[in-house]
Amino acid sequence: MKYTEEDLREELKTKEYEYGFYTDIESDTFPVGLNEDIVRAISLRKEEPEWMTQWRLQAFRGWLEMIEPEWANVRYKKPDFQGISYYSAPNKKPKYNSIDEVDPELLATFKKLGISLDEQKKLAGVAMDVVIDSVSVATTFKKTLAEKGIIFCSISEAIKEHPELVKKYIGSVVPPKDNFYAALNSAVFSDGSFCYIPKGVRCPMELSTYFRINQAGTGQFERTLVIADEGSYVSYLEGCTAPSRDENQLHAAVVELIALDNAEIKYSTVQNWYPGNEKGEGGVFNFVTKRGLCETNAKISWTQVETGSAITWKYPSCILKGDNSVGEFYSIAVTNQYQQADTGTKMIHLGKNTKSTIISKGISAGRSQNSYRGLVQISARADNARNFSQCDSLLMGNECGAHTFPYIEVKNKSAKVEHEATTSKIGEDQIFYCNQRGIDTEKAIALIVNGFSKEVLNKLPMEFAVEAQKLLEISLEGSVG
Amino acid sequence: MELKEKLVASFMAFEDQVDVDAPVHDIRTEAIKKFEVEGFPTKKLEAWKYTSLNPVLKFDYSVFPKTEPKLQYGDIKQYFLHDIDTYKIVFVDGKYSSYLSQTTHDGIDVCLMSSALTKPKYRIIIENYFNKAAKNEGLSALNTAFSYEGAYIHIPKNKLVDKPIQILHLATGTETGLMLQPRNLIIVDENSHLEVIERHQSLTENPVLTNSVTEIFANKRAIVDYYKVQNDRQSASLIDNTYISQKRESHVSVHTFAFGGKLTRNNLNFYQNGERINSTLKGVTIIGDKQHVDHNTLVHHQQPNCESHQDYKSIVGDSATGVFNGKIIVDKIAQKTNAFQANNNLIVSDKATMNTKPQLEIFADDVKCSHGCTIGQLDESAMFYLRSRGIPEKEARALLMFAFSNDILSSVKIPEVKQRITKLIAEKLNVKLGFDL
Repeated sequence: MKYTEEDLREELKTKEYEYGFYTDIESDTFPVGLNEDIVRAISLRKEEPEWMTQWRLQAFRGWLEMIEPEWANVRYKKPDFQGISYYSAPNKKPKYNSIDEVDPELLATFKKLGISLDEQKKLAGVAMDVVIDSVSVATTFKKTLAEKGIIFCSISEAIKEHPELVKKYIGSVVPPKDNFYAALNSAVFSDGSFCYIPKGVRCPMELSTYFRINQAGTGQFERTLVIADEGSYVSYLEGCTAPSRDENQLHAAVVELIALDNAEIKYSTVQNWYPGNEKGEGGVFNFVTKRGLCETNAKISWTQVETGSAITWKYPSCILKGDNSVGEFYSIAVTNQYQQADTGTKMIHLGKNTKSTIISKGISAGRSQNSYRGLVQISARADNARNFSQCDSLLMGNECGAHTFPYIEVKNKSAKVEHEATTSKIGEDQIFYCNQRGIDTEKAIALIVNGFSKEVLNKLPMEFAVEAQKLLEISLEGSVG
Repeated sequence: MELKEKLVASFMAFEDQVDVDAPVHDIRTEAIKKFEVEGFPTKKLEAWKYTSLNPVLKFDYSVFPKTEPKLQYGDIKQYFLHDIDTYKIVFVDGKYSSYLSQTTHDGIDVCLMSSALTKPKYRIIIENYFNKAAKNEGLSALNTAFSYEGAYIHIPKNKLVDKPIQILHLATGTETGLMLQPRNLIIVDENSHLEVIERHQSLTENPVLTNSVTEIFANKRAIVDYYKVQNDRQSASLIDNTYISQKRESHVSVHTFAFGGKLTRNNLNFYQNGERINSTLKGVTIIGDKQHVDHNTLVHHQQPNCESHQDYKSIVGDSATGVFNGKIIVDKIAQKTNAFQANNNLIVSDKATMNTKPQLEIFADDVKCSHGCTIGQLDESAMFYLRSRGIPEKEARALLMFAFSNDILSSVKIPEVKQRITKLIAEKLNVKLGFDL
């Protein structure tokens, strides 16, 4: 029997978001709404010092005066910021000394998610920080890392134990009043990961954070701060899922990367928040501010695979402040059904001989809208700056859209900037070629999509690349053009 | 008084002066209301992000020029394409100059907007076409409110217009500041072919602001070639709004040569309302000093099987600013669209700025759309090649720049226009090229 488009479509309908379960973990959730008292209460609950409370309050006051941005090419019902709870944490035993003490319910959750903390212990390779409802619940491999002087912990722990580092760097790349969502995050962030790599140290394993929204009616606001001191190297991974709910959940995170002289940071994300059901109900609103600062000879590389979320609003950026610094952005954004993504990057060239590369692959299927929005800015002092951008879009079906909004601003005559973009669909001849060789249509599409996104997948660490490849296949099933 | 208030206040006087019973009365009134609400565009608008009108709006412009100064043909001959025979529609300070012009009603209509708007025999055409392509927003609305004079060209079915038509707008500078709002309407019916050359020129250093709207309707299988020559003095500013509505199998090409002016903004909009349409947008920009040129293009693919080609090249020197903002929209039903956009820029000075924003908005899946955009410098090895053959640096540079912009010239169909532009480029680059095309 021939496998037809109809079969595929049928299969897709029945294929649900497999991470959509909800775990009944007792948790401590704040009442809904947001005011100064809530901000203070969060700060108090986290046992934060006074300067942190003040910092949060200042951000909150700034946020009150800001308006929600509307320039992005996405349409949605604005979240009611007074209708969500700003703090939710699994409340059994706030601290774990070893994995054996972790709530078995939690461990089961991770098993389901395909993350086995036990395995992590044995399979040397990835040190992990797990964040549920924006509270860090488990950090593995702490000891091994500590021997090298690497600090890898939750940010609330860092605020208590390494206040000098946090105080110096938090908000230095993404100021609290940078934008609406960054301000909101600065006021109410409940946890996140903190990482410091000392001078000249090459981090021996991949560091990883896993985010999960579990509770209903909560927003997730986590904050990540990665500091790579002079001459160091770190590769950092981030992954996320959420239960299926028919309400929209809000996720507004801030990630700050600081690469000091000669340092290198590699930051990879596989984003798989719940995208909503096939009618476009529910799903996570993903409003994220990510930015990195490069000092002299430093390098920051962002790699992202965006497959989830109802709305994605995300622009990982690089400020190339130091001479000879390098910024890279590799992205695959896949949208299906009613998903909308407006994502891209900003490369701000300030130093001399700075280089940046942007490779963005957008794949839209179903009734989704996928936009690339990027800025390449070459300041007057940035002599010999170099940029190459490539944005390719793949359309599947005639109800989706692909959009490109590149902004290029050049103020220096020695700059070389190139941008190219293409939009195409999977050719019938390509499918035919595969069919002819005994590869069914579904597999053929997976094959072609994989080829289309290879340049980006190649940039992911190995474990992640496999997961990402699987994700791509799942998100695109049934989208024969 | 601010220019906006001045314009709104003088609207009543303007309506009194022209025929108020004209069918366009309602359109005008609505347009001025729109302008009153919107005002002049500011940098806060996405489409005006890189262009501020403030340096242009600060002058005290007179809105109604008083007298019609006498000009001799000899004084202005250089601004004409005079080596071939053409139809000419000449306006001096916004008023039609009959003795400088050469119009016709013989088989085709090459005449004036003012007569088309008032004479009953044109009424049906005005009702069908006037303000049908132009958008009622911002500066186009302002122009619509004051629309009275300009070129009116109507080519009936199956006509090959025997010679090109020149539209020339002159500003004499008898006023200390002058604002002009010409309104052109061009209708080309089935199978006809038309060539137009448009130019704006001021004769003194007094500031001039032109806010022009041109509507072009190309019916089935019509061919329209439109050339815009912008080489004005640096006291003059131009906001050019062109709206082109195409029916099936028509070919329209617009070439924009932006060399002069203090601030030039080209809003060029193509709407494809039929199948198998071809649209071409090309431009060369060579600017220096503190000039500012902004090309804002839109190609809206609304039907299947159409093509569009865009190619804009700029050379930006001194403290000049170049802007390119190109947008391609492909509707859901516009399958098999082939849209191409290229924007290449050379920055030749430290203080020059180039901002470019090539956009694609695509809702159909079976399309071929691509855009490419580069900002860079002249190829050092090519420079070395020329220098090693004894060509001085300045000439070598000019040669390379000329070669850079030559792609655009190759699609110019009138040889005399090509020659004229080549000369202008040489002038602008300040060299003798030593060869003709």
